[in-house]
Amino acid sequence: MSTLEIKNLHVSVTTEAGDKEILRGVDLVIKSGETHAIMGPNGSGKSTLAYSIAGHPKYKITSGSVTLDGADALEMRVDERAKAGLFLAMQYPVEVPGVSVTNFLRTAATAIRGEAPKVRTWVGEVKEAMAALNMDPNFAERSVNEGFSGGEKKRHEILQLELLKPKFAILDETDSGLDVDALRIVSEGVNRIKGSSDLGIMLITHYTRILRYIKPDFVHVFAAGRIVEEGGPELADKLEEKGYAEYITA
Amino acid sequence: MSLPTNYLAPSGREEPWRFTPLNRLAGLLDTSVELASTNSLYASALPAGVSIEIKKSSDLGPISSTTDEATLRVRQAAQEVTHVVIAENAEVSERIVLKRNTADGQPEATRVLETAEANSHSTLIIENAGNAILAEDIEFSLATGSTLNLICLQEWGPKTVHLGRQHAVIGKDATFNSTVVTIGGSVVRLLPTVEYSGPGSSAELSGLYFATDGQHLEHRMHVDHNVPNAKSRVNYKGALAGDKARTVWIGDVYIRAAAEGTDTYELNRNLLLTDGARADSVPNLEIETGEIVGAGHASTTGRFDDEQLFYLESRGIPADVARRLVIRGFFQEIVSKIKDEVIEERLMVQIDGELEKVVS
Repeated sequence: MSTLEIKNLHVSVTTEAGDKEILRGVDLVIKSGETHAIMGPNGSGKSTLAYSIAGHPKYKITSGSVTLDGADALEMRVDERAKAGLFLAMQYPVEVPGVSVTNFLRTAATAIRGEAPKVRTWVGEVKEAMAALNMDPNFAERSVNEGFSGGEKKRHEILQLELLKPKFAILDETDSGLDVDALRIVSEGVNRIKGSSDLGIMLITHYTRILRYIKPDFVHVFAAGRIVEEGGPELADKLEEKGYAEYITA
Repeated sequence: MSLPTNYLAPSGREEPWRFTPLNRLAGLLDTSVELASTNSLYASALPAGVSIEIKKSSDLGPISSTTDEATLRVRQAAQEVTHVVIAENAEVSERIVLKRNTADGQPEATRVLETAEANSHSTLIIENAGNAILAEDIEFSLATGSTLNLICLQEWGPKTVHLGRQHAVIGKDATFNSTVVTIGGSVVRLLPTVEYSGPGSSAELSGLYFATDGQHLEHRMHVDHNVPNAKSRVNYKGALAGDKARTVWIGDVYIRAAAEGTDTYELNRNLLLTDGARADSVPNLEIETGEIVGAGHASTTGRFDDEQLFYLESRGIPADVARRLVIRGFFQEIVSKIKDEVIEERLMVQIDGELEKVVS
């Protein structure tokens, strides 16, 4: 049983007009096996929360803490956080020209596992995971995210989630840009991984659509850089009906 | 020092020489220094359909004209020419390998002429290593329907000064593909240039260079579209790192009035990995006819993409490995044209090494 704990997190970004505070005291605890939906309007700081936990250099932590089983994640380098068990499925996965998916996956797996995966079992492992996500085997030879459709990029993120087996996954707007079929495939992938592991999930989304496929245990409403309301799955139904208006004007 | 009237050494103010450190050329353009006439490229074995002969320059003169001062000096100094001939209709699947490994580094002048006879197909690899002071004039004559792939590797030692011209005259329906790799050397200035002698012909000029501390690596393309319906593609990629690392890429493309149906595109991309390095990139396109298929160019110079590095690191990949992956990926498109796993990996390891020199 692992715990990801975010306490009173304040984060700023540097702009031309000076530092601007985006996160204003976020508190959240996620335990293994739990799925937490973070829902909020555009610009509320949801993605900033995701990238700050992963360690993107653009975001400056001004106070608060993020700990993984008591260990200070904010003190870790980006790669160390991944090794410790954090995974960020990005809204806009980055193209890396000339680096093949197969080389990338193997390099990442080697880093995370601390040793190169055995060639014989690894090839099968990748093939199986790709097949489960309806991915063409030729995909492995393409450059990372280069020329991928929106759906391919998201499937590639979930493929990594499956192969790297983190303790906690942050899914940042994984549903954006997906048609119904792709959303179903990606969601099934997440549910399959969740069903076979003790993965804790932070599911960041603007819409309730993905919650029909991935059932949250907890729903948190995010507005103006903080969690402003918390509840169970029924809170999502309320948001579906009434939107975020009351949180924005509040 | 007195100059003969038929040869005027450049002063550095001339457009073609304005980027070049003339004080580091070890006498190659200095008329008071005598250039030894050498045939320093050698083949240890030759595939069937290929012959090499050393001929007198007076019997086998140049096939193209030039105004490049270094090439003119070679033509003055070189008594002989290494003549490589690919026989008519020969399908040479095995690569022709010419090597040079100079140890002593006396100023030398070398002429090479490669004749690809009609409908022949071949691949020539030139591997340059050691420390040389070399002025070189290589010409390629491609007869009708021939294909010649050139892979030219500059894996020089740190003292080398290399001024070289690689000029192709491409015949009707012939194809010239060149891949130039320049990693070593103190000063390297290469002129990959092309003219066409028949329609339907095609040239692809690809290259990569990686300059570190104090290296000057210069590549000056010149593509002369002087016939109708010919095609050219230029794609050079460079990386620079360390104090006073310097690269120059010039891409001159001329589309003459007669060259209707021309299709050309040239691209140069540079990655500046540290402060203190400088990349010059100058594409030039001159068009005398509008009746063309396409003509374009692009040039970019940027730094490491932090988002790429973050993406890789967020998957557990340590920063140094991530940088290596990104650089290898950047050059992959060029290196993969070599189609020889041993050479490709050898070059990638050298590229890793160049990167490590500066990052650590």
